[in-house]
Amino acid sequence: MTGRGRFAADISFPQQLHMRIVRSNFAHGRLRAINADAALALPGVHAVWTAADVADIPPIDFRLSRIEGLEPYRQRLFATSFVRYVGEPVAAVFADDPYLAEDAAELVTLDVEELPAILHTDVEPGEFEPGRSTEPAIVRKGYGDVDSAFRAAHAVVAATLSTGRHSGVPLETRGAIARYDAARDVLELHGAAKVPHWNRDQIARMLGRPAASVQLYEGHVGGGFGIRGEIYPEDVLVCAAALRLQRPIKWIEDRREHLIAANHSRQQQHHVRAAIDKDGRILALDDEMFHDQGAYMRTHAATVPDLAAAMLPGPYRIPAYRANAHIRLTNKTPCGTYRAPGRFETTFVRERLMDAIAAKLGLDPIEVRRRNLIGSDEMPYERPLDTLGTHIVLDSGDYAGLLDKALAAIDWARLRPTLAARRAAGEMVGAGFALFVEKSGLGPFDLVKIDVDANGMVEVVSGSASVGQGMETVIAQICAETLGVDYRKIRVTHGQTDKIEKGMGAFASRVTVMTGEATRLAATAVRTKAIEVASELLQTPAEQLDVVDGEVVRSDAMPGPSVDLGAIARALALNSPLRHGRTPGLSAEGWFHSNHMNYPYGVHIAVTKIDQDTGAVDIERYLVAYDVGKAVNPMLIEGQIVGGCAQGIGGTLLEEFLYDERGEPLSVTFADYLMPTVREIPTVDVLICEDAPSPLNPLGLKGAGEGGANAVGAAISAAIDDALGTPGAVTELPITPQRLRRLIRRAIACDQNTR
Amino acid sequence: MSERSDVTLTINGKAHAIRVEPRRTLVDAIREDCGQTGTHIGCEHGVCGACTVLVDGAPVRSCLMFAVQADGKQIRTVEGLASGDELNALQRAFMDHHGLQCGFCTPGFLMLITGVLEREPDISDEELLDVLSSNLCRCTGYQNIVKAARAVAGELRQRRTA
Repeated sequence: MTGRGRFAADISFPQQLHMRIVRSNFAHGRLRAINADAALALPGVHAVWTAADVADIPPIDFRLSRIEGLEPYRQRLFATSFVRYVGEPVAAVFADDPYLAEDAAELVTLDVEELPAILHTDVEPGEFEPGRSTEPAIVRKGYGDVDSAFRAAHAVVAATLSTGRHSGVPLETRGAIARYDAARDVLELHGAAKVPHWNRDQIARMLGRPAASVQLYEGHVGGGFGIRGEIYPEDVLVCAAALRLQRPIKWIEDRREHLIAANHSRQQQHHVRAAIDKDGRILALDDEMFHDQGAYMRTHAATVPDLAAAMLPGPYRIPAYRANAHIRLTNKTPCGTYRAPGRFETTFVRERLMDAIAAKLGLDPIEVRRRNLIGSDEMPYERPLDTLGTHIVLDSGDYAGLLDKALAAIDWARLRPTLAARRAAGEMVGAGFALFVEKSGLGPFDLVKIDVDANGMVEVVSGSASVGQGMETVIAQICAETLGVDYRKIRVTHGQTDKIEKGMGAFASRVTVMTGEATRLAATAVRTKAIEVASELLQTPAEQLDVVDGEVVRSDAMPGPSVDLGAIARALALNSPLRHGRTPGLSAEGWFHSNHMNYPYGVHIAVTKIDQDTGAVDIERYLVAYDVGKAVNPMLIEGQIVGGCAQGIGGTLLEEFLYDERGEPLSVTFADYLMPTVREIPTVDVLICEDAPSPLNPLGLKGAGEGGANAVGAAISAAIDDALGTPGAVTELPITPQRLRRLIRRAIACDQNTR
Repeated sequence: MSERSDVTLTINGKAHAIRVEPRRTLVDAIREDCGQTGTHIGCEHGVCGACTVLVDGAPVRSCLMFAVQADGKQIRTVEGLASGDELNALQRAFMDHHGLQCGFCTPGFLMLITGVLEREPDISDEELLDVLSSNLCRCTGYQNIVKAARAVAGELRQRRTA
């Protein structure tokens, strides 16, 4: 706000060198030679590294969802014998200033023998390298007798549905600054985010150093969305270079690099079938999906296809289920998780299928949902599926109730005839909705330490991270309310590996739930300790005391002596005569362990108007109803939902990473990769509900980070189908103007044929 | 790589004498040569607006301007908005309406809105939205940025008609 933020690019150290990566300009090829002579000849260029210089550093390993067969497909810091995507790091230049580094990088020449690029997944797998297929694994999930269900079905509804390649694209590009402090023998990495403790451990291992000798520092982070904070080759390179060149190393990527080298996401094709009875109840669901992973398996390993296969069922009863997720490598940018990973895709698939069931049987799409929704009286509901190391148990939820609230909020009963009248008058308008279940609160643990200093100021130290979502405020609120202090007296520390030995970071919408509960536990312990000491100082029984606004007072509000927390902290100081053998310090630790995630859920409703000539879509209204269990800070939750919605709209109508037939990326600037502006995002009505608190933590919390993005593709598709009057028209995202105009022409032709 | 020239960038009223190559962009000069890192770089090709500063009162993409072009001009950046620790009305509106999450796009929006409201205090709401569509935000979905901008525009209108 005042220009005092400290994002990665704002950090500099004396004597630093700047790193610029030389990247492959071929999608697939044999890397024969690299010539860096001209680059090294420039004054101010200190070194040019290639694979040979870091041959001792192993490939980047997996953080989640490791399954058999994926290891050989991990990415090394530089291409060795093959280049596999345009953008792949091939060499690194280290120079005195960034402009010079970029000049030098342009002088590095590559000798590449071009090979045919594999760019699609709807073909037979190809060869990753001699003897290795580009289909390293198939993630299989399921239960029940699917084939019998299909044989006995009243009808089968099938569809082929695709979501396009797009990604988080935060406004801050990636960056990393490494510095080696020889005096302490500590390697520092600045610009960390998301999972600093895990990254610290990995980087230490990769560089052969003890974990305690590597520290990661998280400053301000310009958006994460899942794609920032995973270990990329560049992060390890700056660390290795800081050690070996004995200078601090700074690397900040530019936007073109970001669009071709930071994780992509979302590209999947699903061949899905539902076996249904005559009333539209699902008897079985069968999905054969193809996940386009790009050129390598990165830190997420099988996470996205795994989540897709696990979360496809959503809020519905599915008696028999089979999902086979083919992981396919292609010569494109490698992929990872992006906000609601596996769920943006499968909510689109599942809800399109529900609409198709309705169309097949001539039923109201709302009625089809009602007949299949899991009831609130069936909670907790066990799905015989697992993901992210947990068994899926839907902890709480009133899906039908939320659907009712959402429909009432948008006045669906009056909306439908209004839109019908407008259509009769020639406008192409329609409404659609979609239901979804999200997941949050991934453990397995969180640790928080709280300390009150001699002045009554409170520090909360956690091993979670901030990506700009406001977790500091939420944690401060929980601590303030539990301990009994003003939240402005609380400082929240996160993302610093040298402040707390263990941490799980910020991803999978876990922080409010996991760090929140650990905070509550630690704050409760501090409060108990404070009252116990105060009881002695005030000569008053503990049961008659309370902590209010940082002071221990009589809970019956009668006048009498009080003592503030700072004084209690001083009383507990090491040399204090009042300590009486207690552990020094007014502080406590809180551990929260959880083996299950919890499941918030929601409904999206969209009203769209299509311009028949241009194929432009105007979103006239958008509503999100979301049950979050317990809302700690409604303003922050609404911010997350609206922000998520905006990204969902981008992925539904605008954003797509396209490639030409040789694998050359075409979406390399913001003129090609279209990001939504204020004009593309409608006012989003957000209805936050607390009807289904989670039984898995005392406050009932569920996470809210991903619900805004989850169902946008599905809801807008349904609205567009409604506007066109052709059920099932939208089968592919993004719905670009070109694709929509084709659908419009088909709809008009269809309409004329039926007259 | 070429000859450097002496240039003076006056930022928020303070003169910075620097020596830069002709190709040095204004945003790099502001951030690195003058040490004012509040202005951010989001794309370097003039689309995202994170680098927006005011040059002689006009909102400008400082990534598309060269430092030498700004010699002798009055540059205003986000660091100049507050008075000491006291935030100005626009900054307070952003806080009150939760107009920022990660904060990366915020300086660009603040300067854009400051520039536009100073030059066109009677701007219509439709035109204000058009102006806001010049800058990208990836976190907020824009709703609260619009609320903050409208609040300040409204406040200014009220004060003028009072």
